[in-house]
Amino acid sequence: MQWETVIGLEIHAQLATESKIFSASATTFGAEPNTQASLIDLGMPGTLPVLNAAAVEMAVKFGLAIDAELGRTNIFARKNYFYPDLPKGYQTSQMDDPIVGKGHLDITLEDGSVKRIGITRAHLEEDAGKSLHEDFHGMSGIDLNRAGTPLLEIVSEPDIRSAKEAVAYVKSIHALVRYLGICDGNMAEGSLRCDCNVSVRPKGQEAFGTRAEIKNVNSFRFIEKAINHEIQRQIELIEDGGKVVQETRLYDPNKDETRSMRGKEEANDYRYFPCPDLLPVVMEDSFIEGLRSQLPELPVQKCERFQSQYGLSTYDASVLSASREMADYYEAVVNVCDDAKLAANWVMVELGSLLNKEDLEIDQSPVSAEQLGGMIVRIKDNTISGKIAKMVFEAMAAGEGNADQIIEAKGLKQVTDSGAIEAMLDEVLAANAAQVEQYRASDEAKRGKMFGFFVGQAMKASKGKANPQQVNELLKKKLEG
Amino acid sequence: MPVHTLTLGQISTALANKEFSAEELTRDLLARIEQENPRTNAFITVTAEQALEQARAADARRAAGETGALLGAPIAHKDLFCTQGVRTSCGSKMLDNFIAPYNATVVEKLANAGCVSLGKTNMDEFAMGSSNASSYYGAAKNPWNLDCIPGGSSGGSAAAIAARMVPAATGTDTGGSIRQPAALCGLTGLKPTYGRVSRWGMVAYASSLDQGGPMARDAYDCALLLGAMAGFDSKDSTSVDQPVDDYLAALEQPLKGLKIGLPKEYFGAGLDSRIGAATQATVAELEKLGATVKEISLPNLQHAIAAYYVIAPAEASSNLSRFDGVRFGHRCDDPADLTDLYKRSRAEGFGAEVKRRIMVGTYALSAGYYDAYYIKAQQIRRLIKNDFLAAFQEVDVVMGPTTPNPAWALCAKGNDPVAEYLEDIYTITANLAGLPGLSMPAGFADGLPVGVQLLAPYFQEGRLLNIAHQYQQVTDWHRQAPTGF
Repeated sequence: MQWETVIGLEIHAQLATESKIFSASATTFGAEPNTQASLIDLGMPGTLPVLNAAAVEMAVKFGLAIDAELGRTNIFARKNYFYPDLPKGYQTSQMDDPIVGKGHLDITLEDGSVKRIGITRAHLEEDAGKSLHEDFHGMSGIDLNRAGTPLLEIVSEPDIRSAKEAVAYVKSIHALVRYLGICDGNMAEGSLRCDCNVSVRPKGQEAFGTRAEIKNVNSFRFIEKAINHEIQRQIELIEDGGKVVQETRLYDPNKDETRSMRGKEEANDYRYFPCPDLLPVVMEDSFIEGLRSQLPELPVQKCERFQSQYGLSTYDASVLSASREMADYYEAVVNVCDDAKLAANWVMVELGSLLNKEDLEIDQSPVSAEQLGGMIVRIKDNTISGKIAKMVFEAMAAGEGNADQIIEAKGLKQVTDSGAIEAMLDEVLAANAAQVEQYRASDEAKRGKMFGFFVGQAMKASKGKANPQQVNELLKKKLEG
Repeated sequence: MPVHTLTLGQISTALANKEFSAEELTRDLLARIEQENPRTNAFITVTAEQALEQARAADARRAAGETGALLGAPIAHKDLFCTQGVRTSCGSKMLDNFIAPYNATVVEKLANAGCVSLGKTNMDEFAMGSSNASSYYGAAKNPWNLDCIPGGSSGGSAAAIAARMVPAATGTDTGGSIRQPAALCGLTGLKPTYGRVSRWGMVAYASSLDQGGPMARDAYDCALLLGAMAGFDSKDSTSVDQPVDDYLAALEQPLKGLKIGLPKEYFGAGLDSRIGAATQATVAELEKLGATVKEISLPNLQHAIAAYYVIAPAEASSNLSRFDGVRFGHRCDDPADLTDLYKRSRAEGFGAEVKRRIMVGTYALSAGYYDAYYIKAQQIRRLIKNDFLAAFQEVDVVMGPTTPNPAWALCAKGNDPVAEYLEDIYTITANLAGLPGLSMPAGFADGLPVGVQLLAPYFQEGRLLNIAHQYQQVTDWHRQAPTGF
């Protein structure tokens, strides 16, 4: 049987506000336990929430960026359940009237095609604290630093059909929230977390299969692995005559498997109702338009501009606009060297593999955009060849200075004096007299092959510094002659 | 005259005239509390040391030239206002060990105005009740008849004032919890417009209905106190950013031309005829002062109790979830696991009435019942509000009895919670609609005080105090003291 996968994602993005969504406590990650928990965050009797306007603004920016209907009057509701790291016994969230309604996001798949993913809604809510189960001698500790951190929960339509699409979607959301400056996107610290709803159905069937929800998958790689594992599990289960049950599952990256956390019957009745401590949030046109005018250029717009302004291919443009930092770096290189294509090649190929090898992000690059641009200038003005440039690049990556300093210090300046090149070529030909004779006796096809040998010898003799174009021309003349 | 017989206004004048110091006054009243509290059980906690400290500070401020009307004025706080460093019990075993780490805005504002807090008063557990019977500390008693309840939930504040232990106190009113005990103890009590007084630091029962307010012997004292309690608070999103009126100035307006509405639904079955008669007599008195009277209708009154007993428990079930034995409050001994910790801490910490309302509220919010109960109740709430808005097109204030019956004997309704809920019929509409309401003494039924209630449009607390004050210029119900006090 042919199976089709149906995936919907819920992404929790911690908003990059200075203070919490309903209190003035700081939101810095990694502080000593409970040092960023105020009376409100502790749920002290008699305390009341006051909504942080910055969280509302960030949610609206997101809504505008996905072309969504905005909840002009949006309402906070209480989601009631007991948990030790949920101080009030309810989470203040949004239910019937979220701040962001229906929208969509276009994602670029690996084959370069574009797919539109529907976004059902995005709503504001407060994060819970953390339960700590180690170091308390059989007891649990509660750290409420995270309690009250603003979250934007972004719920997709079940439009995703594979683990790869899911990853592409999460990457696009990740890029978008970072472009907007509303979330730092740090998945390792939990700033962006993903719940995956996965089901399978026979290809061609319209009705959805029963879904399982995989909670809190916290890296792009794990999202792909967890979903693929879950698809496999469900298909095997059904093909063995079993039935998928609606449940919440947990992905264990160490064992690469998902396991049941709780079933449907154990699910809470959250008893949502409008929070009586908070007024409905009414957003005027002027408020929304003010935020629209603050929107930066978004990934999709940037990708289009890179194609039209710099003549890049769709693929190159999408890679270079994938993150705000990458795009900024690339444009800084272009600014220095004024050659969009060379810049694109260097950023994507040499810099890309360096960062990959060192496991670094673009903003941690050991070679600055100014340095890379400066080096490309030296390629363009023939000071160095592309081959030498790779040596210069490696030296820059090793922290040996900028291109000019390295070229100077290592004497890598290209030899373009034709007299000097001719003299060097004469020596090479003299040293390989037998090959020269052979060359001259050969037909055109064979000569072509042998020519490379002489170029190689010449470049070796010049330690790579001779201008390759001149070497080619002069060598041809001498061999023909 | 012994200081405990003085009203807040009289004390204010005496302090200004240096007839006694705030410290002397405080010492006298602390002695009075020591003497009278055992038989009234009005106070849960007496804060003698803090009170004397506040009194000395007030004397120092006066010596330095300050002249505020509340400088050195003795008050008490209902024990659900958080008071820093002092137990804030809410009348519950759950919070018997809870020392509040901060002050409620009301507490802070009154302290800044120079008030001296003598202690924390008794109340129905988490403000759920009309009799004080649900207090973990035992019910406060009605000084007019110690076998009777003082009303609730602010019954401790009412008993403390009626027993002349303190001239004024704070209360909170979710369904009548200021006005009903004021009526049953022969006092004047005001529930302000929802949003007029900050709820920051007031332990929540039903957030959309709760409102703090003053209780005292007369309207003048309520005006004095409300002026210091009211005002916008950025810490309470539901408080309203509107200037506070000069309530003392408002007292003196003549009542000529005042249009009073009497809802016909108020005077049906269930109303004690003596209270009906007292209400009519009050109307007649106000007519003499220039008011005109008109019969009006509040057609949705019959649904008010049902709606209230869905909305208030629904909110309470959520508000009281934070009492889980994890961070503060009662925790059971040796919990076996997390579920055991929750179950036993809450089973041991909450009393029967609180548990009943948590269960009712949880049920009303549950999947499959939410629309039938909570949504329906909210619709009724809107209808009731509309009834009042329509009434205020025709009249300036709505008047009627505060309660259908005078104070009843403790335990008389112990096994019938619904009978007690029905006592709220006249008061809860003001909470559902968010309107200001005032109860004032209007006579007696077999030696037990009777109150009448006035309701006004939003933010017209000044009008209510004005009418009550003018009425109190020509009557002396509010000057009566219970025998033996």
